[in-house]
Amino acid sequence: MSDNKVFMIFQDTADARPFIEALTQENPAANVVHQPGMVRFEALGKLGITREVVEELAGREIDLQEMHLTLISLSGNVDEDDDYFRITRH
Amino acid sequence: MSLNISAKEVKPLRVNYGYVARRIGDERPASRYQEAICDVQPTANFHYPPTWEPEKQLYDPSRTAIVMQDWYAFNDPRQYYYSSYVSARARQQESMENNFALIEKNRLTDSIPAALQDQVRQLLIPLRHYEYGANMNNQDICHRGYGTAITAAASFNGFDRIGMAQYLSRIALLLDENEETTLVAARNAWLESEVWQPLRHAMEDTFVLDDWFEILLAQNVIMDGLIYPLIYERFVPALAAQGGNVLLMLTQFMDEWHKENLRWTQQLLKVTAAESDANARQLGEWSQHWLPRTEQALQGLAQLAFSDNGAQQLAEVKTELLARLAKQGVKV
Repeated sequence: MSDNKVFMIFQDTADARPFIEALTQENPAANVVHQPGMVRFEALGKLGITREVVEELAGREIDLQEMHLTLISLSGNVDEDDDYFRITRH
Repeated sequence: MSLNISAKEVKPLRVNYGYVARRIGDERPASRYQEAICDVQPTANFHYPPTWEPEKQLYDPSRTAIVMQDWYAFNDPRQYYYSSYVSARARQQESMENNFALIEKNRLTDSIPAALQDQVRQLLIPLRHYEYGANMNNQDICHRGYGTAITAAASFNGFDRIGMAQYLSRIALLLDENEETTLVAARNAWLESEVWQPLRHAMEDTFVLDDWFEILLAQNVIMDGLIYPLIYERFVPALAAQGGNVLLMLTQFMDEWHKENLRWTQQLLKVTAAESDANARQLGEWSQHWLPRTEQALQGLAQLAFSDNGAQQLAEVKTELLARLAKQGVKV
């Protein structure tokens, strides 16, 4: 059942906040776990963010690769582009 | 022997300050922007009324005809507070410095045809006085405005203007190899040349307006909304096409700045007009006064910039401005 579980873990810092908030907004089905110093998103099948949403939240232009400065770990198959970042597992 | 290190979570009792929590709730941490802006300006317990305006308080919402239930309904979409503003501008400043250094080192301004240099001297350089006037207007908004969300943005805007006035001065010095000829000529043009007088007149009339929101609309929305697209989106690229490519590099910041500045002024108009019909009407009334006035003031300049095509270029930027206003709910 939990074979198709994907997750992303971010540092709980101000730099990561736009990404964390975008993930929360765009993946209402995801389970958000606050752990000491980090935030973990778990979901079945897929997780993803789009650049537009992150930019709106951050108030500036964002290169989605900035995410990797605060991303601790992830699990799933990565599908990424300039405009979105998704992980999936089926 | 095995050592077992277990993570123990110490939950903080609160994740944000009370003054922010009253706005965003106490569950999630506040952003730096929210901490720097929300309800920062004093609203009560003023001991002394200002001596120059004894019927008002030091911070007084009645200094404008615009009425807001909550003056923090507007939030800067760029989320500028001191450090985010400064670091964004530092990045831009660095790239502008590189542009200037490259151009100066290789004497690239020599490649601009003399006729174009002349146009730059006549049309671009005198705008430094416009920028300085806009600086005064924005600092005035910061001084008499209400709500940190708006006054902070106005103050940053004012500082940007000084920067842009300085860039224009540096372009003049670059053209003259550090002689002040163009600077002096541009000042005389601003003060005496017929083509600049209507704009200077309009600008000086905004200095003495009582209502700070009217200044904001006249300066940051109407005047900028016509002048910036006309000069930096049309005039400079037109010069570039005729061999003045270097000018695009020298005015790169101004072009970027205008697009960025639109983001907060648009949002401010939208929030203000949506608050009440009275606000929307008031904004419309002010626009009805300042739009034709500025348009008229720019006719001579547009003609100087684009010769026969001037009227049409001006009409086009006006249409764009009207569309922006309409989109934010301001009827002109």
